[in-house]
Amino acid sequence: MTILLNLERVSAGYGSFAALFNVSLDVKNGETVGVVGANGAGKTTLLRVISGLLPPRSGRIDFDGESLAGAPAYRVVAAGIAHVPENRRLFPRLTVEENLRMGAYLPAARKAFAERAAWVYELFPQLQARRRQLAGTLSGGEQQMVAIGRALMTKPKLLLMDEPSAGLAPLVVEQVFALVRRIRAEGFTVLLVEQNVRQVLDVVDRAYLLETGRVKLAGTATALKQNPFVQQSYLGL
Amino acid sequence: MDIYLLEAIINGLLLGGVLALLSLGLNLIFGVIDVVWICYAEVVMAAMYAVFWLYTFYGWPLLLACAAAIVFATVLGLLVHIVVIEPILGSAPINQLLATGGVLFFLQSLATLLFGTDFRNLGIRLPVLELGGIFISFSRLIAFGIALVGAVGLFLFLSRTYLGTAVRAIAQDREVMGLMGVNERRIYVLTSAIGSGLAGLAACLLVLQYDVHPFIGLTFGPITFMVCVLGGLGNMIGGFIAAFIISQIIAVGGYYFPIEAAEVLAFVFFIVLILIRPQGILGK
Repeated sequence: MTILLNLERVSAGYGSFAALFNVSLDVKNGETVGVVGANGAGKTTLLRVISGLLPPRSGRIDFDGESLAGAPAYRVVAAGIAHVPENRRLFPRLTVEENLRMGAYLPAARKAFAERAAWVYELFPQLQARRRQLAGTLSGGEQQMVAIGRALMTKPKLLLMDEPSAGLAPLVVEQVFALVRRIRAEGFTVLLVEQNVRQVLDVVDRAYLLETGRVKLAGTATALKQNPFVQQSYLGL
Repeated sequence: MDIYLLEAIINGLLLGGVLALLSLGLNLIFGVIDVVWICYAEVVMAAMYAVFWLYTFYGWPLLLACAAAIVFATVLGLLVHIVVIEPILGSAPINQLLATGGVLFFLQSLATLLFGTDFRNLGIRLPVLELGGIFISFSRLIAFGIALVGAVGLFLFLSRTYLGTAVRAIAQDREVMGLMGVNERRIYVLTSAIGSGLAGLAACLLVLQYDVHPFIGLTFGPITFMVCVLGGLGNMIGGFIAAFIISQIIAVGGYYFPIEAAEVLAFVFFIVLILIRPQGILGK
């Protein structure tokens, strides 16, 4: 498998606060990779650095043969990375369909809008009935579907997902992880950030464990599930 | 009902159209770029001069002079954005306010330097219509009609086009727009162009009714701000409604009291309402 995304010794932070220290990580074509860790471990910062919302202080970010370190967000999207941000961040006073339209802002995606929107509605039939409804009026689970659908509108080569289960009721969390499995099955390459270690390790191929901005452990999902440290600190076994 | 009161109400409605147009442009810029153009009415003033000089001095046909003035206002607005606003996008709001305030004084003083403080007008006297004893100025009627057309055009642009949807979206979540593949700076440039183009359109309508002088902006600027804040700063529908509320207070108040007292009344209404609802009529 070819490496799609490769981070080498990436450091980043906000002001005088350093959030990531020399993080190296890679995602291969077709893989679903998880990044797990506690609150404040730097997971969200990692995704923000990849998608260009936060420029790295140092290190390399290579994606599909292109260097993306320091590129603005709109260029990263054009390169083929879509980001489902933390807390979904829909446009609350736009309709579901208008949110999808914004997801298809790039010229190529704009041309294919009708076809892609139909595909997103097929993926999430619940949204079809709500397409004219304002996104801010949807339930948390439905909003997550719109957020994912919006990111899929560009047919990204890599989908970044930041805590898709955060703030949702347990039953809905189950549905969200089922969604992740569906997206995997559709053939997308996914980098998934989650606090919910147990459930993440059930849907990913490999995972990285972040602690205070550093990669503490990395390995296949099976290996991490059997790792005594992970079991004790994150799985409560 | 008293026929003079009815006339006042109709005139208020007509005034409201132009106020609404002015507030739409200002609200659009504020909602999208998050910077208040204190100098907005001075862009209007500059465009009024453009119509005046092209029409009276160079003898251009009025419609052509108006079209040129709209282009002029758009270019001026783009200059304001690129030269003044862009470098301070990340600055504290107070600094942005001071910078656009500086542009206000700059444009005022430049106009005084170039044209003096004379009051100038196009010398066009449009007829006054009489409908069952009610007198309506034709120029106000045209201004109202065109202002409404401008408002509807803006509404269609915002609701029906990709770019228009992006303009609404960016006002709701700036950062996420980048994740949609949108270069927000481009949207800002476009918004400044549309906002100042609307200022140019408003100038064409105002110059039919009022004399131009370097301080004409002070006549419309404060009321435009009041309308925007009353409607909920950045909320275009709120501003649209507020424009008609304020113009009615001024017009109907002017029927019962002297016109200056009516404007005082409008500001008193504004202050009281803002104390009760600081976010404006439709603000969140």
